[in-house]
Amino acid sequence: MDLSQATEPAASGSILLAALVFLPVLGAILLAFIPREQTAAHRGLGATIAVLVFLLSIPLLTGFDASVPGFQPGTRLDVSWIDAFGARFSLGVDGISVWIALLTTFITPLILIGAQKAVEKRVREFVIAMLVLETAMLGALFATDMLLFYLFWEMMLIPMYLLIGIWGGENRLYATVKFVIYTVVGSLLMLVGIIWLYLKTGETGAPSFAFERMLSLDLSATEQGWLFAAFGLAFLIKVPLFPFHTWLPDAHTEAPTAGSVILAGILLKMGTYGLLRFAVPLFPEAMGAFSPAILVLSVIGIVYGALVAFAQGDVKKLVAYSSVSHLGFVMLGIVAFTQQSVEGAILQMVNHGVSTGALFMLVGMVYERTHTRKITDYGGIAKSMPVFTLLFIIVTMSSIGLPGTNGFAGEFLILSGAFLDALFVPPGAGITDWPMLATVMTIIAVTGVVLGAIYMLSMVRRVFFGPITNPENAHLKDLTTRERLVMAPMIALIFIIGLFPTSFTSQTTASVEQLMTVRPRIEVVRDKSERQKIRAEGARTTLAPRVGAPERVAGVAPGPEEE
Amino acid sequence: MNEVEHLAHAAHESSLLPWIILLPLLGAILNGLFGKRYSQKTVSLIGVGSVVTAFVLSTLEVIRLAGLPEGDYLSVDLWRWFSAGELNVELSFMIDRLSAIMLMVVTGVGSLIHVFSTGYMKTDEGYARYFAYLNLFMFSMLLLILGKNLLVLFVGWEGVGLCSYLLIGFWFSDMEKAEAGQKAFITNRVGDLAFLIGTFILLFYSYGSLDFVGVGGAGGLPQTAAYLGDKAPGMLTLVCILFFIGATGKSAQIPLYVWLPDAMAGPTPVSALIHAATMVTAGVYMMARLNFMFALSDVAMTVVAVVGALTALFAATIGLVQNDIKKVLAYSTVSQIGFMVVSVGVGGFVGAIFHLMTHAFFKACLFLGSGSVIHALHHEQDIRKMGGLKAKLPVTRWTFLISCLAIAGIPFFAGFFSKDEILFFAATAHREGSNPMLFVYIVSVVAALCTAFYMFRLYFLTFEGKYRGDKHTWDHAHEEPVMNWPLIVLAGLATVGGFVGLPHFLHAHALEGWLEPIFGWLYEGEHAIFHVSHSAGLEIALMLGSVLIALLGIAFAWRLYMREKLPEAPVDAWWHKLLMNKYYVDEFYDAVLVRPLRATASFCHRVVDVRIIDGLFVRGSARLVGAVGDGLRFFQNGDVQAYVTAIVVGIAAILVVVEYLL
Repeated sequence: MDLSQATEPAASGSILLAALVFLPVLGAILLAFIPREQTAAHRGLGATIAVLVFLLSIPLLTGFDASVPGFQPGTRLDVSWIDAFGARFSLGVDGISVWIALLTTFITPLILIGAQKAVEKRVREFVIAMLVLETAMLGALFATDMLLFYLFWEMMLIPMYLLIGIWGGENRLYATVKFVIYTVVGSLLMLVGIIWLYLKTGETGAPSFAFERMLSLDLSATEQGWLFAAFGLAFLIKVPLFPFHTWLPDAHTEAPTAGSVILAGILLKMGTYGLLRFAVPLFPEAMGAFSPAILVLSVIGIVYGALVAFAQGDVKKLVAYSSVSHLGFVMLGIVAFTQQSVEGAILQMVNHGVSTGALFMLVGMVYERTHTRKITDYGGIAKSMPVFTLLFIIVTMSSIGLPGTNGFAGEFLILSGAFLDALFVPPGAGITDWPMLATVMTIIAVTGVVLGAIYMLSMVRRVFFGPITNPENAHLKDLTTRERLVMAPMIALIFIIGLFPTSFTSQTTASVEQLMTVRPRIEVVRDKSERQKIRAEGARTTLAPRVGAPERVAGVAPGPEEE
Repeated sequence: MNEVEHLAHAAHESSLLPWIILLPLLGAILNGLFGKRYSQKTVSLIGVGSVVTAFVLSTLEVIRLAGLPEGDYLSVDLWRWFSAGELNVELSFMIDRLSAIMLMVVTGVGSLIHVFSTGYMKTDEGYARYFAYLNLFMFSMLLLILGKNLLVLFVGWEGVGLCSYLLIGFWFSDMEKAEAGQKAFITNRVGDLAFLIGTFILLFYSYGSLDFVGVGGAGGLPQTAAYLGDKAPGMLTLVCILFFIGATGKSAQIPLYVWLPDAMAGPTPVSALIHAATMVTAGVYMMARLNFMFALSDVAMTVVAVVGALTALFAATIGLVQNDIKKVLAYSTVSQIGFMVVSVGVGGFVGAIFHLMTHAFFKACLFLGSGSVIHALHHEQDIRKMGGLKAKLPVTRWTFLISCLAIAGIPFFAGFFSKDEILFFAATAHREGSNPMLFVYIVSVVAALCTAFYMFRLYFLTFEGKYRGDKHTWDHAHEEPVMNWPLIVLAGLATVGGFVGLPHFLHAHALEGWLEPIFGWLYEGEHAIFHVSHSAGLEIALMLGSVLIALLGIAFAWRLYMREKLPEAPVDAWWHKLLMNKYYVDEFYDAVLVRPLRATASFCHRVVDVRIIDGLFVRGSARLVGAVGDGLRFFQNGDVQAYVTAIVVGIAAILVVVEYLL
């Protein structure tokens, strides 16, 4: 990486994104020079750097032009990197990545402040791992060069491996090995796919890893299918989509609080982000072909994740399985692929990061006091920890999507968008026809709303309510000021997003609209049904009576309505 | 058919409206966050003050509404809540003539119950938390009734569910109470599931608008409903039934009523406010709000009427044998809401709202009265251990008696007018070319008979006869002055509240006149749907009939329970067992839903996840890799000749494949 070449004519853009990406890792290098014994310095400096990164990321939002589809021109960076391969160091941010990037810079300092007490051994290495991880995550979110993306993508793995492997629980080795093997298997196939695409760009000029070049490739259906499978596997394992999810509960349970929060908060989103950013626009026809399978697996994930969560006796495992269920909703939003559902999916990625991140933080806080995660070891602690209980119930409500909280905003957009895609079901449609399948699946998905309430409230009841059965819990200390300060921003976000979701989705609208231009290509493959013909014949209005509005293609926002 | 101008009215900006909603929220936040540091007096001042102020502001706004041209409404748009794709939902509120009635009932009865609570809860250590929850409930309820579109209504709808959950489980150290709260929340969520699906379908057909009123008669849900009624009546029926399922959750109707009796675990004023006067009637309000949709579906309306009638009877029969004072009232509530649902189902929207209002008065009074009794007897709730309390609790006794007369339907108490209006509609209202639903009428009348009986059984056993509890409790039994006067106000309303809806033949039905802009189109004009008898003779005859029924019920109760030696309950009779065990519905749900769900969850975890996915596939493939590795070790034996052979064979194989297969 030689940034001095930025003076070359081919280079352009602002330094902001690069600064965001490199500031954490530079901080990590600095920390390496401070003696290992000075743990206070490591903690303080680490948190300071993370806060600085957050402050530095605010211009991403303030300077964001919501009317621009695609990467923001103001923050685009493109400098030469490995000229021999046509790989460039190019970064960009758009409506799809901006909120997840901000969530990353927002959550990292909270973890570094919040995990101060929990981590006692190898503090320096812990802080360094966290900072390197932040660099990797931001890099993967900003990269617009596929080789660069892949580099950052794999770079995320190492600190995460160390987080679980060094600071994890008793069974941490098993969990790390499973986590690493699972993810590496997925990513290696993606690398093959990236190289294939790279070679393919060579047919129309100098071979390049630039995402834009790959977007304009003309790929055959077979090619798309294989490439989508390669990319998709990497992303879907990360999500994780049922049945590729079993690494997650182990990783979550063994990871220290910091690891769980970052895993739930950001890392899982890399899967859904990757799908939206790369897999769908690069291979839309393949997305259409795979849609039924992904849809069914997503909805199975919603229901199955909830059921398995209900059967857990370990709080952390329960929350981990709830992630499987929640990410199923995000996947549903992506696979339904309407403007509404994709905006909802992006919002829900942030929401899940906030809510589940907050849940893991809270679970971590009580774990530090009791050193147990078993639900049966608790009971009645609402009496001894009233503030903790209040916060936990608020986060629970957000997790089960109570209107007014962020969880509802995301789920509502996703589900209403999914219905918009699924309806109208033409008469005589079979279960394999998309409208019928999508309608049935979306209705099943809505039951997740009830199942979520069942497993979360059962857990809340058993942990917080009833008499105090375990005498050790009678005198638990309620949250300290530091813990309250760590939780406050998360709780605030729950309500801010819940009440003003439009302030968040409006940044994503233009980019999602641009994404929606591939929708017809998905539909052609996916909607093998009567509806396809009806749409083609323009006779839809007679079969799907909708109130006096212009004919439109589902998912694309219609122009201003005129009566 | 796509004309909805008859539902179009002008909006007027209201600046007070947001404050009506925000004040209780503010009270909840203050008491919730800092209540522990406040004195009890400050907590009461914030808790009661916020609601009473909201009541005063509401009164001002309703007076302003009454001065506007008929049918116009007050509204305020706060901000755009959702805007994505074609979806556009504002966070906006309105007071029209329908929500005005709800507003007055909710803030009025709410204020009284807040005042009552300062006495009832004064020794509870969770005093501030209690008022925080109660204020939060008021806030949610106001969102529900003042929401200008379906989604804002839904925020309130789920919000009251949350508050109900928190308040039922208020004494959370008792696991049974916490379980009751959870049951309420989850049962309601099942209804909400249907509500949501209905909303999504409407969103598809309405191009993203969920407003209750269109602008200038165009757009909004009325037009969507008219359009669907015209072009896709099947879909309209489906949507109506989905919303009705939502209503059965919140308004405790068959099949989702099971949470309400358990909800009595909460403090008694909560039962009065949430589980009698306000929240549980939300389903009726919602259907009245969507009258333009429900009225268009004959099938859905029939389902509504039949389910309402069956619920009314079913719950009333269970109420006949219960011995817990609050349980009797709980089943009575389920039954009375059944009457309101019947009214909606037969097209009597005015009657439904009328009964909703009078029921709020007398049932709140009854619950608060039971609270007064329970408070006086140190949390004794078994009526077999009561009796003769009229000597100790005179105010409670008189107000309770008045409310019993009202609910039984004795002239000229409030319940008499509203119940008779419902029965009159059930007996005579019909659509063009079809007959009135006599089945619904007959079932309702039988339910009314049961009502009179179990209410007076309750009254006689509690207040008349000899005291049957222990002496110590009797000696300490007394009334709290601060709890008395809400009772008196409510009893007053239960006495005179019915005069706003005098029988039709007098042509002085003030409530019907007030609601004319909302419901009038259903009965008159070119879009009229329902026809009612205009015969004064028939109306008077029906009325006399129901008075007779009420007297008969009271007479039965008198004969059985107004005597020295109380009758032994026939505990061994099959019908008594059936009723005591509430028709075994809870057991049925447990066997059919709860246990299978647990079993499935456990199966998914133990077998599918751990054994199959993780065991067989994930670790299995790892083992396979290990085994293959072991096998391959055979090839890596250091024999160069063997390597070369393998390379040659491999290349040859590749060439063959390339040559012939590609």
